[in-house]
Amino acid sequence: MDPVAAKYIGAGLACLGMGLAAMGVGNIFGNYLSGALRNPSAADSQFGRTFIGAALAEGLGIFALVVALVLLFVA
Amino acid sequence: MAANPIEQFEIKNLIPLGNIGGQEIAFTNSALFMVGAVALITLGFSAATAGRSLVPGRAQAAAEMLYEFVANTLRQSAGEKGMKFFPFVFSLFMFVLTCNMLGMIPGFFTVTSHVIVTFALAILVIGTVIVYGFVKHGTHFLGLFVPSGVPAWLLPFMVVIELISFLSRPISLSLRLFANMLAGHVALKVFAGFIVALGGLAASGGMTGVLGVAGAALPLAMAVALTAFEFLVAFLQAYVFTILTCIYLHDALHPGH
Repeated sequence: MDPVAAKYIGAGLACLGMGLAAMGVGNIFGNYLSGALRNPSAADSQFGRTFIGAALAEGLGIFALVVALVLLFVA
Repeated sequence: MAANPIEQFEIKNLIPLGNIGGQEIAFTNSALFMVGAVALITLGFSAATAGRSLVPGRAQAAAEMLYEFVANTLRQSAGEKGMKFFPFVFSLFMFVLTCNMLGMIPGFFTVTSHVIVTFALAILVIGTVIVYGFVKHGTHFLGLFVPSGVPAWLLPFMVVIELISFLSRPISLSLRLFANMLAGHVALKVFAGFIVALGGLAASGGMTGVLGVAGAALPLAMAVALTAFEFLVAFLQAYVFTILTCIYLHDALHPGH
């Protein structure tokens, strides 16, 4: 296969990884919301931790973006 | 014409300072904004807390809020013994937050959008953890890689896995901040390019011109939403960098799970 074509295909596959990371982030907030609806008094105390978890999950999606960008523009 | 979205990250040599061993040294735009961030933080905090009133005014209250925010984060993650790292953690948080926020101003350079900058900060954090761990606990620090309650036959694999996960910390710490800043600014530039490209259709006049200008409202709305999102991400990434630093410092203070 032509290496340039392979790079573009690889970049597209990396973006699939970003979609999976988005599912992970949605999972965290969904769990927070369902817990907050059951126990509203505990919601405020865990709000910060929710964002930490979301940032960590989002980080992996961003790593996939970096792979795509490296494939497209660097190598 | 739509500008190249990568151009905004270009390092420009502002004041050449000769060279060391063949590597050209210069005062760059990145260095300028780093100095600007530090000056902003120092002068801002000095001016805000100069009054030292018991009942704080607005500026002093804002400074105290930032102080307490980081102090509570460090105290919760690393305990009371971790508070000796507070100057380090606070400086780190304020520097990353200010650099991220300065980058949001149009025309300003985002210092943290270069992986070498975030990597230097991450190596500083992990270096502090390793050096402090070995100074305080000696070889007991290596107990960090031996989780308790693991059967003996599994232990070699667990140690290797724990070691790899520890060594991946500076990489993930730096890459998270860098990639978030890079991706955000590239996306902003791309949507801004769309606005210009669609609005530029107005030059061709007639129906396409009208449709072009009307259609340019869509990427404009997206760019506004993305800018708001980027402000949130700037703050969130500074907070995540800080809290992960606090967690890693907790590992240095109390090795062994």
